[in-house]
Parts: sequence; C-alpha cells; structure tokens
Amino acid sequence: MTQEEIIEKINAFLVDEFEVDAEKIIPTSNLRETLELDSLDYVDLVVIIESNFGFKVVAEDFINIHTFQDFYDYVNRKVAEKATA
Amino acid sequence: MHNRVVITGLGIWSCLGKSLEEVKDSLYAGKSGIGMDMERKEWGYRSGLTGIVQRPELKGILDRRARVGLSEEAEYAYMATLEAMKNAKMDMSWVEKNEVGILYGNDSSAKAVSEAIDTIRLKKDTTLLGSGSIFQSMNCTVTMNLSTIFKLKGINFTISAACASGSHAIGLGYLMIKWGLQKHIICGGAQEVNPFAFGSFDGLSAFSVRENDPAKASRPFDKDRDGLIPSGGAATVIIESYESAMERGAPILAEIVGYGFSSNGEHISNSSVDGQIRSLNMALKDAGIEAGSIDYINAHATSTPGGDFAEAQAIDAVFGESKPMVSSTKSMTGHECWMAGASEIVYSTLMMQNNFVAPNINFENPDEASAKLNIVSKTTEKNIDVFLSNSFGFGGTNSSLIIKKIK
Repeated sequence: MTQEEIIEKINAFLVDEFEVDAEKIIPTSNLRETLELDSLDYVDLVVIIESNFGFKVVAEDFINIHTFQDFYDYVNRKVAEKATA
Repeated sequence: MHNRVVITGLGIWSCLGKSLEEVKDSLYAGKSGIGMDMERKEWGYRSGLTGIVQRPELKGILDRRARVGLSEEAEYAYMATLEAMKNAKMDMSWVEKNEVGILYGNDSSAKAVSEAIDTIRLKKDTTLLGSGSIFQSMNCTVTMNLSTIFKLKGINFTISAACASGSHAIGLGYLMIKWGLQKHIICGGAQEVNPFAFGSFDGLSAFSVRENDPAKASRPFDKDRDGLIPSGGAATVIIESYESAMERGAPILAEIVGYGFSSNGEHISNSSVDGQIRSLNMALKDAGIEAGSIDYINAHATSTPGGDFAEAQAIDAVFGESKPMVSSTKSMTGHECWMAGASEIVYSTLMMQNNFVAPNINFENPDEASAKLNIVSKTTEKNIDVFLSNSFGFGGTNSSLIIKKIK
C-alpha cells in the first residue's frame, strides 16, 4: 500500500465514520480539534484503524499525534513495520 | 389529593407501520405484519416466522456519538419517541427547561451482547469492542440513550418485566404522576427483532411453525393456534398530569384511570388464571369502575395454547356478565414482547380515537374457553369510552391498564 493509498483510506473513513467535512482535512490541522474527539472517540479510532490496516494502536501512541500529517505518518510507519515483520 | 394522569403523545415503530397513521390504517384493514426470516432457519430455529420490522436510517438525523450507543431496539425507541414528542408538542427548548422523565420497558439487548462476546472471543482485545458496545448491551440501553439524546432531567430507568415490561412502565409512570412525584414522563416499550434475541424462546417450542402461511400463523384464541410469533419495534406513550397538559396547551388524547398488577407465585412460564384475575380486579378497583364499564379489552393473548386458554378464563371470570368486545392485536403484530404492553396502549388508543375495534384476525373457531368471550374477528365500528389492556410475562408478572376517553 502506497502512502497516497493510506492517506486516501484514512480520509475516507474519517469522512464516512467521523462525519468530518472533507475540506476540513488539512495535513497541518489539529486532528483532535478538527474531529472534535473525546475519550470515547479515541476507542472508535483504534477499532477503525485495526479493521482498515490490521494493527492495534496503543493508547500512548496518540500522545505524539497532533496533526493529520502526524496521523498519516504514524499509520504509514506501522503499516511498513507490519510488512517487514 | 391525587393528580389525574393523561396521555398527550403517542409514537410507534412496528411491523404494522412506521407512524401512527400507517399503523391506524393497518389495524383497520386487519393487516398482518408477519413474514419469514430465512436466516433463522440457518441458525437452527424451529420457526423462521417473525414480525417484519424495518431498521430506521439514522445517519443524517443523529450525530455519530448519539448513534454508536444505540442498540437495535433503542433505534426503534428513538423513532417512536420522536413521533410522540412531536404530537405531544414537546420541543427540545421546552424539554430542556422542564423536568421530563423516562420509564421504558426493555428486557434484553441480545444482539449487542452476542456481537461483543464474538469480538472478544475472536480478537481477544476488549478495546476493539468500540465505544458504543456498553451503551448498546445493557438492558437500560433505551433509557440511557434517549435520556441523553433528549436531555431529560426527570426519573430515568428501565423496567424489565418480561412481556409485561412496557405495560408496567406506563403503570409506574402513571403512579408517579398520580402521586405528584413527576409531571411528565416518556413511557414505552422496546423490543429487538433479530435471531439472537429469540433463540432460547424458540427452543421452548413456543413459536408457531405454520411457516407456509405467515399471515395466518398468529391466531390468538383460535382452536387451531400452535404458538406465538416473535416481533418487535418500539412504542412511546407520553403521559403527564392533567394540570400540566392543560397549562401548556398539549393535546389530551386519553386518561389513564387504572393500573392493576400481580405476581402468580406459581410456575415460571405457565399462566395463572388466579394471578390474572387479581390483576384485572386491582385495575378496576383503582379506576373505581365496574367491569360493565369496559367497552373493549385488548387481550394479552399471544396465540399459545395454554396462555390464551388461561386468559380467556380470567376475562370470563371478571367480565362474564358484561361481555365487552375482545381482540388480540397480536393476531396482526405477533408478540412484541417487552414492547407489547406499550404498543397495545398505542393501538387501542388509536381505535378509541377513530371509533373502531381492530379485529382478532384468524379467529375462526373458538375453543372451550374462548367460546365464552365476545371476540371481534372483523373490524367493527364502535365508540370506545373505556378500554383495558392486559400484559402478562414469564415469572408470573401481570399488568392491566385501564384507559378512558377524555370528554
């Protein structure tokens, strides 16, 4: 899966499941504020990542994810790690 | 000094329709809502018969956070409550400023529980259940979700009393308002409709196996009945004090005048004529009326051989002289279980408002007990001033409600 494909997939589920307007998804924007995430929403984000990319997010990993770009990079890295594992 | 308790809003989502108007037409037409669910046969059910209830599409109506916590039955309850609040003229700005409660009957959320357990077994990771699972899985899924969505500030809990849940919810709400503890309560009953909900019930051979003719399968009081048909959806009955309804100019649809209840103290699944008679007499006493004042009885009768026989005996024992019209709307809906006590108040109030008694369809030949009742098998034009609705459940829990036309 290329980085572009990963970004496309993430944006698709954010629009579909988290009901965010596509035009609000800007790489430099803050993920939590844009999606208006509360603690329950993070649980659903874990579920959706697992079902789309096949890996489990550890809660602590979210600490370093601030922007959409951080999120793309994180998923991209985990997918790559999984592929080489 | 007790308060008078009136009904100011009704809402329904059932196999007979998704609005009061649709349901009224189905009742008048004697239309069956029963069909076949072939998935049940794949799961080893004796009977694939079920009420056919459509799932509402809530995307675009409710936001994601509200939707993820809703179980199947809570979705139905949301739709029924939305309709009831609209016709009770309760808008959100009024609700936020007043103490409105919720008492809803529900006694399972098997689909949500089953799916959660399947996920735990498969993934061995509880986080992967998602945030909504807990709010869908608990028995109080309806009251928990609706109190949040509608921002309710009054009494808030679920009544679990098997197939009398919805009736007791209205009865308890009636008592709270009568005694001045609350002014406005959203009452009702909800029932999930899926293969996970009814497997154990099917396993008791309680369901009709007349699969070749679904519309004829539910035949309460008929000599050739062979079991009930599970069904569901949700029904909401908004009740309030007469003074409160008058004060805010709400439409007053009917008055609740009597609530009777009892426990059989006998067998866990068999009916008790004595228990039912005690419930009926208590309701009449509470209403302060004679048996002869009841114009119509919406019977609990589910189409099981033993249950209908006992209820016919109980009705005859109390109403044998006056012989009011009797029908079981379960002949059309199937058994809406936890919801039935509330939906049958909705159905009967619609009949009262529109001057007809809906038929007990498929009643072709009586048995020894039902021959003594005045069972209405065809839609009959009739002015109903007072009706009684029975609900009985496993464990021997009985509930009878008496509703009167406001004049």
